[in-house]
Order: sequence, then C-alpha cells, then structure tokens
Amino acid sequence: MNWTWFYRMGSPLWFYQSTSRWLPLLSLVTLVLLVAGLAWGLGFAPEDAKQGNSFRIIYLHVPASFLALAGYFLMATAGAIGLIWKMKLSYIVMKCAAPIGAALTFLALFTGAVWGKPTWGSYWVWDARITSMLILLFLYFGVLALQYAFHNQEAGNKASAVLALVGTVNIPIIYKSVDWWFTLHQPSTIKLTSAPSMHPDMFQPLLVMILAFYFFYALALILAVRVEILKRESKTTWVRELVEQASRQKMGAK
Amino acid sequence: MNFQFQDLSEMLLMGGHGVYVWAAVLVSLGTLIWLVVSPTLQHKQTLKEIGLNLTREELRSQSGNKDI
Amino acid sequence: MPESNRGFSAYFRRDLLLAYRRRGEVASPIIFFVMVATLIPLGITPEADSLKELAPGTIWVMALLATLLSAEGLFVSDYKDGSLEQLLISPNMLVMPIFGKVTAHWITTGLPLTLASPLIGLMLSLPSVAYLPMMAGLALGTGCLSFLAAIGAALTVSLQKGSLLLTLIVMPLYMPIIIFGSAVMQYSIDGMAWSGPLAILGAMLAVAIALCPLAIAAVLRLITIN
Repeated sequence: MNWTWFYRMGSPLWFYQSTSRWLPLLSLVTLVLLVAGLAWGLGFAPEDAKQGNSFRIIYLHVPASFLALAGYFLMATAGAIGLIWKMKLSYIVMKCAAPIGAALTFLALFTGAVWGKPTWGSYWVWDARITSMLILLFLYFGVLALQYAFHNQEAGNKASAVLALVGTVNIPIIYKSVDWWFTLHQPSTIKLTSAPSMHPDMFQPLLVMILAFYFFYALALILAVRVEILKRESKTTWVRELVEQASRQKMGAK
Repeated sequence: MNFQFQDLSEMLLMGGHGVYVWAAVLVSLGTLIWLVVSPTLQHKQTLKEIGLNLTREELRSQSGNKDI
Repeated sequence: MPESNRGFSAYFRRDLLLAYRRRGEVASPIIFFVMVATLIPLGITPEADSLKELAPGTIWVMALLATLLSAEGLFVSDYKDGSLEQLLISPNMLVMPIFGKVTAHWITTGLPLTLASPLIGLMLSLPSVAYLPMMAGLALGTGCLSFLAAIGAALTVSLQKGSLLLTLIVMPLYMPIIIFGSAVMQYSIDGMAWSGPLAILGAMLAVAIALCPLAIAAVLRLITIN
C-alpha cells in the first residue's frame, strides 16, 4: 500500500498551504450553519411542554458537550499518532486541541448550570452527565498543566500524549461509574436531555447545531494549528518566503 | 415552522426564561468568537515578528554589525 | 528462577529495604490519614449519627490523598541517583521491576492504611458491620490507587515541582475507585450485599495490574531518554 499521502499529511508545509485554500469556505459554512441553527433553535423551534423556553439552551448545551468529548478523543488520537509515527504535526494538533476542548467543556458546564436553574431550581445539581463533564474538564486541565510544566517541548509532548491516552482508557470507566453512582443516589427526576422522545421540529435544529459545532471545532483547531506551525517553523525557508510575500503585498497596497 | 414569538421583545423575555437562555447564548458566542479571534490575532502577530527578525538579520548581514 | 521473576523480586525487596530505612517518611501518610480523621469531627460535628453518614466518603478521600502524598517519591530518587537510567538501558524487561516497585509502594502505603482504617472507623463511629467491607475495599482499592499514582509519578519524574502536578493529573483518574470504594461501605451499612462493588474494585485492580506497568515503562522510556 502506498503510504505517501499519510506522510504528506504530516508535513506542516502541506497542512499550512492546503488549509490556506480551504479556510474562507470553511469559515463561511461554519458561520451560516451557526446563524441558521441558532435562529431556528431560538426563534422557530416549538417550546417544550414541561420546561418552556429554557429548553432552548439545549441547542448550545448538547453540541458543546458532544464536541468536548469528541475533542478529547481527537486529542488522544493525535497524541497516539505522534507517539507511534513521530509525526511533528500530530503533536501540534494535540497541543492545540487541549485548550479548545477545555473551553467547550466549560461551555457545556456553564450552559448546563444556567439550564439547571429554571429546571431544577439550582445552578448546580450532581447530575451524572454534569459530573462527568466536570471530570472531563479536570482531565483537560491535567493534560494542559502537564504540557506547560515541561521546558523540553519534546518531553512535554510525549508526556501529555501518554496522559491523554490514559485518560481515554479511563473515560468509559468514569462515565459508567458516575452513571452507576447517580442511580444509587437519584437526587432528581427530570433529565435534561431526552433525545429519542424529542419531536422532529425540536430535533432538526439540534442536528444543525451539532453539525455547526463540528465545523466550528475544525475551524478553531485549524486556526490554532496554523499559528503553532508558524511559530515552530519560523526558521525554515518556506515561512520566510511567506513572510516576505506578505510584506511585499502590504507594500503594494500602500 | 412558524416564528414562536409575537415580536422581538417577547423573544427577549422568553416567558420569564430569557435571562437564562440569553446568558447561555452570550457566553457561548463569546467563547466561540474568542476561540477564533485569538488565533487570528496571534497569526498576524507571529507573521509580524518573523518579518521583523528577517529584516534585522538582513541589516546585520549587510552592515556586518552584530549589535543591531 | 526465570529472568522476569528476578526483576520483580529484586526491585520489590530493594524498595522495601529502602522504605524500612526511612521508616519516618513512610509513616507520615498514615499519620496524615489519622490526623485528618480527627479534623472531621472537629470541623463538622461530634454527633455519632452524622459522622456515620460521612465515614465512607471521608475514609476514601483520605486514603486517596495519603497515597498521592507518598507517590511522588516513587521514581524521583531513582531518577536523581541514576539507577533509573541503569534500569532503562539494561536489556531486561522493564515491566517486572516496575511491577515490583509499585507493589512495594502498596505494601508501604496501601496496606498500612488498610490496617489503620479500623481505628478511623472507630473515631467516625462506623457501624461494626462495615469494618470488614471497608478493609476489603481499601485493600483492593489502594492497589489501584498505587498503580495509577505511579503513572503520574512517572510522568512528572523529571520535573522540579512535580508533586502538585502529580495530584492534578491523577485525581480525575481516581473517581471510579472512590465511587465503588465508598459504595462497598455504604452497601454494608444499608444491609445490602456488598460483594458487587467489591468485585468491580477487584476487576479494576486486575486491569490496573495488567496495563499500568506497561504504561509506566513506556512513559519512563519516552521521557527520561531523549
């Protein structure tokens, strides 16, 4: 089998150039999806019979939770690829995915708390889903802290890749045990999300929002990776040429 | 599919739940925008810094002066 | 004796001997365990009924903190005096010596904690039915805690101030153990069969024994040899 495409994908130069081409389109699609999904969800989806309009927070809470978890797996996968194939780009992706994932996890927690107030009467309830999210946030913090603790970038990359992998093995166990713990204590009866029983009119905008968040995640990650590539490759010829070209364009504009 | 509210002010109120919904929306949008804007600014900054380094190196090689 | 076995027993005995020579240091997690147990009634209430409610969670949180306190030194001294490097460049399997070291760590922290726990149960007026499940749960659970803490200790071995970071990265991984560990005690207090959660703790220990030494060996190789 021909693996050159795989190795080419690991080249920072290839990544930078091809994303330069696709970024405008990606930004546009993300923006359209986000605006459409939000408008649909906030203005046009019918209100929930039990929860009223506070239910509309679902259109932010669920996509953010989805991407928070998917982002962790992406980060761990990138770390594993870095460990196995020693690919420069995958470590960069891993490093950049951590703060984005942590931000989305925070978002999931925040929207969950704000949703909890009108639904349960308090901002924080030890619900299984929310507790798992909190632990996920701690896992992200661990990876971030470990990454920044190393002065040697190489060692820091490897260490946080291993930690992300250990976390990945643990996430299903954590989720299952928190679920089990929750059934043991049963503090509340209303579940925040019950997707299967959702009316299609409510569910369709949610799908749009989830898709929008996936596109947004790709956009944010690519932007962050491009900055990191520039920083790390600042001494190479292609970056120099790029900078010279940019300054020449600026001169021409003036 | 119909617009669920009489007018915009009612959409702002959301039957008493407006505070929660709009707080969630504002914070979410703020975070999302920050996640996109901050790397964009950093990108510009990095390009500028590399450019400065390049001109500095050029000047140094032209004049042979190591102090610049 | 097969080669792999010798690696295990050599490091197991060596670490136990080292621990015996530093008895004071080894005792401090246990003293910490007992001291925090004194703070709970002082801080909350001396009332037996409330203490009974708090006992399972408190005992497990304290056991968790005590293992974390002692985990930092697991590889640091070997790293500093170069014996870790010797181990890494030797042609023998790395997994067995690590397994030996972690087992020695459990013998010097988890096991004494388990043995000291009835004392704390007494102080927190734990019902008498819960003593056996508590000790069984702690014996299995602190084993898991030792193995997980060892991963954190390996990840932070080359850092100057690793102890706080170690706590930060390992703590989230401890959550399942604390859930099932305190559930074992809670079940027995409530008069239910407590073998279920205990079996899960045992399963987690089995997985930890199988996977953690491999992960630790990989980490030590990756981080210390550049």
